Amino acid sequence: MAEEKKVNKAKKLPRHPMPEQEAKVRARNFEEVPFGYSNETAMAEASRCLRCKKPKCVEGCPVNVKIPEFVGLIADGDFIGAAHKLKETNALPAVCGRVCPQESQCEALCVLTKKGESVAIGRLERFAADYERKQGEMQLPKIAPATGKKVAVIGGGPAGLTVAGDLVKLGHDVTIFEALHKTGGVLVYGIPEFRLPKAIVQAEVDYLKSLGVKIVESYVVGRIETVDELLERFDACFIGTGAGLPVFMKIEGENLNGVYSANEYLTRSNLMKAYLFPEYDTPIVKGKRVATFGGGNVAMDSSRTALRLGAEKSYIIYRRSMDEMPARDEEIHHAGEEGVEFLLLANPERLIGDEKGWLTGVECIKMELGEPDESGRRRPVEIPGSEFVVEVDTVVVAIGNGPNPLVPSTTPDLKTNRWGNIDADLETGKTSMTGVYAGGDIVTGAATVIEAMGAGKKAAVAIHEYLQDT
Amino acid sequence: MNRIVTKEEFSKNPSVKMMQIEAPRIARKAKGGQFVVFRLNETGERVPLTVADTDPEKGLVTIIFQEVGKSTMALGALEVGDCLADFIGPLGQPTHMGDFGTVLCVAGGIGIAPTHNIVKALKANGNKVISIIGARTKDLLFWEDKMRDLSDELYVCTDDGSYGIHGLVTKVEQELLEKNRESGEIGLVIGIGPPIMMKFVCKTSEPFGVQTLVSLPTIMVDATGMCGACRVTVGGETKFVCVDGPEFDGHKVDFDEMLKRQGIYLEQEKVAVERYQHGNDCGCCDECGGDQ
Ligand SMILES: Cc1cc2nc3c(=O)[nH]c(=O)nc-3n(C[C@H](O)[C@H](O)[C@H](O)COP(=O)(O)OP(=O)(O)OC[C@H]3O[C@@H](n4cnc5c(N)ncnc54)[C@H](O)[C@@H]3O)c2cc1C
Ligand SMILES: Cc1cc2nc3c(=O)[nH]c(=O)nc-3n(C[C@H](O)[C@H](O)[C@H](O)COP(=O)(O)OP(=O)(O)OC[C@H]3O[C@@H](n4cnc5c(N)ncnc54)[C@H](O)[C@@H]3O)c2cc1C
Ligand code: SF4
Ligand code: FES
Repeated sequence: MAEEKKVNKAKKLPRHPMPEQEAKVRARNFEEVPFGYSNETAMAEASRCLRCKKPKCVEGCPVNVKIPEFVGLIADGDFIGAAHKLKETNALPAVCGRVCPQESQCEALCVLTKKGESVAIGRLERFAADYERKQGEMQLPKIAPATGKKVAVIGGGPAGLTVAGDLVKLGHDVTIFEALHKTGGVLVYGIPEFRLPKAIVQAEVDYLKSLGVKIVESYVVGRIETVDELLERFDACFIGTGAGLPVFMKIEGENLNGVYSANEYLTRSNLMKAYLFPEYDTPIVKGKRVATFGGGNVAMDSSRTALRLGAEKSYIIYRRSMDEMPARDEEIHHAGEEGVEFLLLANPERLIGDEKGWLTGVECIKMELGEPDESGRRRPVEIPGSEFVVEVDTVVVAIGNGPNPLVPSTTPDLKTNRWGNIDADLETGKTSMTGVYAGGDIVTGAATVIEAMGAGKKAAVAIHEYLQDT
Repeated sequence: MNRIVTKEEFSKNPSVKMMQIEAPRIARKAKGGQFVVFRLNETGERVPLTVADTDPEKGLVTIIFQEVGKSTMALGALEVGDCLADFIGPLGQPTHMGDFGTVLCVAGGIGIAPTHNIVKALKANGNKVISIIGARTKDLLFWEDKMRDLSDELYVCTDDGSYGIHGLVTKVEQELLEKNRESGEIGLVIGIGPPIMMKFVCKTSEPFGVQTLVSLPTIMVDATGMCGACRVTVGGETKFVCVDGPEFDGHKVDFDEMLKRQGIYLEQEKVAVERYQHGNDCGCCDECGGDQ
C-alpha cells in the first residue's frame, strides 16, 4: 500500500530535464550538448528513486553498478560518496553516464518506467562523476603489494583501460600498448567532443597512470612487436583491439572524392581535430550537402559532425524505419533537433561523380518493410522502379565495423571465428593461447562501451587467477 | 625519443632532405618496403614516409623526403637534436622476398629512397639486381654511389640530359626488357617514384608480361587499416594501401583513380602552406618564436 503511494507520488513528479545548449546554436559548435544537472536538480532527481528492496535496474547494468546506493547518496547530498560508490564497479562513470544506452539497460528496468518515467540514472551517474572530477580529489584506491608479474594490454579502448585498472590494483605491473598517438580507443577517435569531451577521457587515462599503469602510445602490436614476442617479456597478454575495420557498401562510386568511411570522417575530426584546420594540420572535406548511410550511433555522430563542419543539409539515409534504428534514443532525438533530415526506407545503390572524380550525388531506391528476419527486425525490401537521386557532395558510410585484423593475422596460434573475431570465452576472456586473453569489440563485434568494460573486468579476474599459478 | 641525429640537404629546388632518426626498435624491425608515420607536434598531421635505410646497431632509421607541403617543409626546418612527437612503424607489408632471378628496379626522384632499402633486401635474398635511377635533372639525383654498390648493374638517367643517359627511366626500362626477351632472366620489375612515372613503368613492362610491383603513396590518416583513406582499386577490388600494401601488382592498379584521390585536399594544402610561410616571414605567430 505504502509502496503504491510512493510510486504514485514519484510518477507525478516528472523526471528532471537536463539543461542543454539550444539546438540551433550547438549544431554549429563542438562544445558538449548537455550542461549536466546542478546540485539541487541532482538531489531532486535522486529523491525520485524508490530505493526498491530488489532493485531491477542493477540487473539491467552489464557491470551491476550499485544504483540505489549511489542514487541514495546523491539524494543525501554526499556527492563524493556517490562517485566512490560508482567506482566500486564502474571505472569510467563519467564516460558511461554520457554514452551508455540507459534506456535499454538500467533505466528500462526501473519500476517507475512502468508507470511513468524512470529515474534518470545515466544523468545522475554523470553528475556524480563530474562532481568528483571538478573537486579535483580523485580518490586513489588501495594498491596491493607488487606481485612482480607483468601484463601487456594491447589496445587502449574501454576494454583495455578496464583490464589495466583492475590488474594494477591487484599489484601487477601493467603496460598498455596503443597503436594511435592517443589512448582511449573509440572514446578519443570515434565519439565526438560534443558528446564526450576529450578532457574527460584524458582525466580517466591520467588516473590510470597515477595508479601506476604504464602507457606506450604509437606502438602498433603485430608490426613493431608480435603477441608471441610480447609473451617473451610479459607473463600474460590481454587483447582489446576493437572493431576498427570500416565496412563499405561495395557499390559503384565508393572511391570518389568526398566519400568517407565514418571511421575516417570521425578520426579526422575528433582525433586529428580537423575541425580546427588550419590551426591543426589535418584537413577534412567540409561538405555543404552531406549524406550519412546507416542508423546507429556512428551514423548520428557523423551526421551531427557534418552540421558542425558547416553543412547546409545533413541527411541520414537508412534502409529501415525510425523504429528499427539501433542508435540511442537521445542521439536520434538530438540529431533531429539540430536539423539532420532522415531519409528513411531508402537504400543507396550507386554514387555518382563528375569527370574530376568528385562525388555529386547518390542514387537510392525506396524500401518497404517485409517479414521479420533473424534479428526480429522487419526486413526491408526494394520497391522496383522507385529510384531517386539526392544531390550531395559528401557521403559518410556508417554501416558498421569489422574486427581489426592486424593482431590476429600476425599471431598464428590465435583462433578466430569466420568473421575474424577472436575466439574467446565470454566469461573469462581466455583464448586459444595460454596466457592470452581477449575482450571487447574484437571478440563480440561492434557493441557498447559498458559491454567492453564488462569483458575487461571478467578478463582481469581470470588473468589474476592465471598469474597466481604461474 | 625520435631525435633527429643527422640531417643533410640533397637538393635545393625542389628541396629534398635526408634525416636519420633515433628509433632503435623500428631500426631493428623494419624490412624493405615498409614505412613509418611521423607527427611533428600536438597539432601535426600523421605523415607517411618510406624507410630508406636502417642502422640496427646504432638504432637509426633513415628517411628521405621532398618538401611538397606544410608538413614536409616543417620537418625540413627541424635541426639535429630536435625530436618528433611521434615516429610510428614499421608499417605496411615488407616487400615479398624470394628468389626472382634478376630484378629490375626502376626508381624516379624521391623513389630512390624506398628503392634502396628494397634492393638491399633483394640482394640479401640472393637476387641479381639491375637498377635504373632517374630524375628531372642532375641536382635531384642522390645515393648514386649507394645504389651502385648494391646493384649488379646501374643505369642513371636525367630528363634534361644534364647527367648520365638523356631521357626518362622508362626508355632504359624498355631497352632492357627488349634485350631480356631472349634470356628471360628478369623475373620482376619494381617501379617506385611519382605516381605518373609508376603508371608508365607499368605500361612499359605490360607488353613484356613481366610482373611489376609499385609502391603507392596514397593519402593516409591512421596507417593501421582503420579508416580507409588510403584505399585504391587493384584488379577491381578495393585495397587499403597501409595494411595490404604499400606494394601492389602495378598492372592491376587503377592509377587514374589514385591520382584523382591524391588531389582531394589540394585547396587546404595551399592554405596550410601559405599560412606556414606567412608565419615564418612575419613573426606574427608562434612558429618562429617571434624572432623575425
Ligand atoms: C562513432 C562511434 C560511436 C559510438 N557510440 C557509442 C555510444 O554512444 N554508446 C556506447 O555504449 N557505445 C558506443 N560505441 C561503441 C563503443 O565505442 C565500442 O563498443 C567500444 O569502444 C569498444 O571498446 P574496445 O575497448 O573493445 O575497443 P576500441 O574502443 O575500439 O579500442 C581499441 C583500441 O585498440 C587499439 N588497437 C587496435 N589495433 C592495435 C594494435 N595492433 N596494437 C595496439 N593497439 C591497437 C585501437 O587503436 C584502439 O585504441 C560507438 C562506437 C563508435 C565508432
Ligand atoms: C607509404 C608511403 C610512403 C611514402 N614515402 C615517402 C618518402 O619516402 N619520401 C617522400 O618525400 N614522400 C613520401 N610519401 C609521400 C608523403 O607522405 C607526402 O609527400 C606528404 O604526406 C606530404 O605532406 P605535406 O604536408 O608536406 O604536403 P601536402 O601539402 O599535404 O601535400 C602535397 C602533395 O602530397 C600529397 N599528399 C598529401 N598528403 C599525403 C599523404 N598523407 N600521403 C601521401 N601523399 C600525400 C598530396 O596529394 C599533394 O599533392 C609517402 C607516402 C606514402 C603513403
Ligand atoms: S553503467 Fe550504464 S548501464 Fe550501468 S547503471 Fe550506469 S548508465 Fe546504467
Ligand atoms: S590510412 Fe587509414 S586505413 Fe590506411
